[in-house]
Amino acid sequence: MANGKMRVEHLSAYYGNRRAIEDISLEFPKNEVSAIIGPSGCGKSTLVRCLNRLHETLPRTRVEGRILLDGEDILELDPIGVRRRVGMVFQRPNPFVTMSIYDNVSVSLRFNGRHSREEIDRAVIRSLQQAALWDEVKDRVDAPAMSLSGGQQQRLCIARALAAEPEVLLMDEPCSALDPVATAKIESLVAELKSEYTLVIVTHNMQQAGRVADNTAFLYLGKLVEVGPTEELFERPKERLTEQYITGRFG
Amino acid sequence: MSAITAACAIAILIPLGDIIYQAALLGGPTLSFSVLTAGLPQPCSVPVNGVPCAVGGIGPALQGTGILVGLAALVSVPIGLAAAIFAVEYRGRFLGTAISFTADVLTGVPSVIAGVFIYAYFVIYDPALVFSVITGTLALSVIMIPIVTRTCEEALRTVPHAVREAALALGIPKWRTTLQIVVVSALPAILTGILLSVMRAAGEAAPLLFTAFGSRLGFEGFNNPIEALPLLIYNFAESASNNWIHLAWAAALILIILILITNILSRLTIARMVRRMRGE
Amino acid sequence: MDPTTPSSPIRAPRHRGRGWTDLVFFGLVAFAGLFVIFLIFAIAAILITQSHLAFSTYGFGFLVGTRWNISPTEQVYGAVPFIADTLITSAIALVIGFPLALGSALFLTTQAPRWLRGPLGTVIELLAAIPSVVYGFWGLIFLGPYMRTTVEPALHRYLGWTGGFNGNETGTDVLTAGVILAIMVIPTISAISRETLAAVPVAQKEAALSLGATDWEVTRTAMLPYARSGVFGATILGLGRALGETMAVTMTIGNHDALPTSFFSQGQTISSLIANELTNSAGPLQYSAIIYAGLILLAISIAVNVVARLLLWRVLRVSRGSVE
Repeated sequence: MANGKMRVEHLSAYYGNRRAIEDISLEFPKNEVSAIIGPSGCGKSTLVRCLNRLHETLPRTRVEGRILLDGEDILELDPIGVRRRVGMVFQRPNPFVTMSIYDNVSVSLRFNGRHSREEIDRAVIRSLQQAALWDEVKDRVDAPAMSLSGGQQQRLCIARALAAEPEVLLMDEPCSALDPVATAKIESLVAELKSEYTLVIVTHNMQQAGRVADNTAFLYLGKLVEVGPTEELFERPKERLTEQYITGRFG
Repeated sequence: MSAITAACAIAILIPLGDIIYQAALLGGPTLSFSVLTAGLPQPCSVPVNGVPCAVGGIGPALQGTGILVGLAALVSVPIGLAAAIFAVEYRGRFLGTAISFTADVLTGVPSVIAGVFIYAYFVIYDPALVFSVITGTLALSVIMIPIVTRTCEEALRTVPHAVREAALALGIPKWRTTLQIVVVSALPAILTGILLSVMRAAGEAAPLLFTAFGSRLGFEGFNNPIEALPLLIYNFAESASNNWIHLAWAAALILIILILITNILSRLTIARMVRRMRGE
Repeated sequence: MDPTTPSSPIRAPRHRGRGWTDLVFFGLVAFAGLFVIFLIFAIAAILITQSHLAFSTYGFGFLVGTRWNISPTEQVYGAVPFIADTLITSAIALVIGFPLALGSALFLTTQAPRWLRGPLGTVIELLAAIPSVVYGFWGLIFLGPYMRTTVEPALHRYLGWTGGFNGNETGTDVLTAGVILAIMVIPTISAISRETLAAVPVAQKEAALSLGATDWEVTRTAMLPYARSGVFGATILGLGRALGETMAVTMTIGNHDALPTSFFSQGQTISSLIANELTNSAGPLQYSAIIYAGLILLAISIAVNVVARLLLWRVLRVSRGSVE
C-alpha cells in the first residue's frame, strides 16, 4: 500500500540470544488505527517498542530489518528525533509522579526550544481537550498528576504524548490496567484521534480490536500470521491459526 | 552530559589515586619485616657523628592497634549482636524500635565525642586509668557497638519468618533457634558488619587521643597507655624528622592495605559463603 | 504488614525444665538492648554534667560568645569561632562535594558502560574507607602546599575582590580543611545518591524517552525529581559526617582559636578544638567550656543525622557497608 505512514520490512528483534520477533513485514496506513493482537508473549509489545526505538534502550537488545517512517528508515536516524515523531502510551499509566497535570503535559514542550508561556498554555489545553480530559481537570491543572484516577492518568499520558505533536501514536495495551468505563472513554478517544494521527494499538482483547481498529495484524510466537482489514480478519480469516485464536481455542 | 559526569568521576578518583600513590611511594620503601616489628626510633633527620638515623619501626603501633581493636571487638560484637537480636526477635515491642533508633543516633555521634565521653568519665571516677588500654578499648567500643547493632539488625531482618516458625514448631527452644538457625543463616551479612566496624575502629585516631594516648613502647599492661597506628601517624605527621615522617607513611600504607584487603576479602569470602549456603 | 509476620512476637512453647534457658537468653539480649539505649543517655549525661561549670558561667551566651582566651588573667570562653569554623568547613565541603558526588552518581547510573558500574562504584566507596588521619596526613604534606602554591594565589587573583580570599596564603587554613572534608564526604553522598537514582522506576524513564528526551532531559525530568529526597538525604548524611570530622581537619586547619576573616584564615572547628585542648586545658573552666562545645557538636550532629535518616529511611540499608 502506498499510503503506509509506517512500514516494517523483515523486522526481527532480539533480547540477547532470544528472538522475540521473526521476519515481520507489515504496514501501518496513515490516519488509520492498526491493531496488533495475539496471545501473551507473541511479540506484540516488542514490535511496537521497535517502532519508536525504545526496544534498543534495554541492554543486550538487537534489531534486524528496516523500519520506515514516510519512507525513511528510522534505524538510520537520530532516535531522539524519531521518538518525537512517534509517540507512545504505555500499559500502565506512568505520569511523572512529582509533577502537576499541567507540567506533565507540557514536558515535551520544554525539551526543544523556547516556547512562551502562552504557547505552552495553548498547547496544554489543546492536548487535554484532544485526550478528552480537559473538562475534568480544567480548574485544577496545577494539582498533582497522581491525584487523578487510573483512567484519568492514562488520558493524561495520552495528552502528554499528543502535546509533542507526533505523527504516529503507539498504544501498548493502554486499557489493560483500567476499568470498563475508563476503557470505553479511551476507545472513543482513539476513534477521534485517527483523523489527525496514525495509531497503532496493541491489545490482548480481541473485541477491543474489533471495536476500534481499521486493520488488524495477528502475531503468534514472534511471527506475523495474518494481517488485513479488521472485519475481514475476524469474519473471514485466511489462516487456520487465526481462526483458532479468534474463536478462543487458545489465548 | 556524559562528559561532565565523567569529569566528576575522574575528579574524585584523582585524590584517591594520589593518596594511595603517595603512601606507596613514601611508605613502601620503608616497609620491611623489621620495620613492622621494631620499636619507635629517636627522631632524627641527618646523621649525627657519622651514625645514620635509625630506621626504627612501627611495631608498638601495630601491636597496639591489634590489641585495642581486638579487645574492642570482643566487647562490641556480643553486645551489638545481642542488642540486634533483642530488637528483631522480640520485636513488636516499643523497645525494639527504640534500640534501632538509638543505634542509628549513635552512629551519628562523632568519634571524638566517644573519646571525650570515656575520658571525662574516667577523669572523675578512676583517674589512674584515664590513659590506658582499657579506656582505649572502651572508646573504640562506643564507636563499634552501634555499627554492629545496626548491621546485625538488618541482617537478621532478612531471615524469613517462616524459618523461625518452622524451628519453633519442631520444639526447638527460642535461644537455640535464634543462635543456631537465624544467626547462622544471616551470618554473611553479620560478618560483613563486624568486619566493617573493625575496619572503622582500626583507623580511628580521635577517640584514642584522650584514652589510649599513645606510648613509645609496646603493650605494658592494661592499665597503661598504648600506641596505635592512627596515633602514630598523627604524632609523627608534623614532625621535622625524616625517619619519623617515613614511619608515618609506612603506618599509613599499612592501614590502607589492611583496610583494602579486609574490604575486598570480605566481599569475596562472603559472596562465596552466600553461594555455598545456597548450594551453588 | 505482610501476612507472614505475626502481630505478636513468637513465644517458644514452654517445656518443663527448658523454659529457664529461654528466660536467661531473653534477659541477656534485653540487657544488651537496654545497654545500647543507656549508652546514648550516658554520653549525653556525662557531657551535660561536665559542661555544667561553663554553662553556669555563660549560659546560652556561650553560643554567641566570640572570644576564646585562655590566659589566666582574663579567661573568657565563647563558642562562636568554633561553631563558625565547623559550619564554614562543612559548607565548603558540601559546595565542592555535592556537585562532584551527584555528577559521579549520575555517571555511574546513566552514562557508564554496564561493566564499569560495579567496579567504579566500589572504587569510589573505597574513599570512604580511608581513615581520617591518613587524609589529614596527605592534606598536610601534599594538599596544603598545593593549595598554597597554586590554588590560593589563583583564587586571590580572580576572586580577591569578594573579600574572602585575602590574607596569608599558607595552605593550612579553613579552605584546605574544607577541601579535605569535601573529598571525605563525596563517597557517602555519591553512593546513596546512586542507590536512589537506580531505584527510579523504568516506567518513569521510558515515559521521558518516549517523548524524545535526550539523556540529560531524561535525567532532569524523570530521575532527579523522583530521587530528590534521597539525594537530599544523602547530602545531609554527608554533612553529618563533615561536622564531626576531627583528624583530617585538625591537621589542615591551622588550629587558631579565633573567628575566621577569610577562607585563608587559620581556624578551629569544635572537633579540632577538643582534639587540641581537652587534655591540656589551663583549668576547670576551660575544660568545662571545651566539653560544652562538644555538647553543642553532639546536639548538631545528632539532629542532622536524624533528619538525614528520616529522609532516607526508604533507601538506606545499613548492611550496604562503607557508606556509614
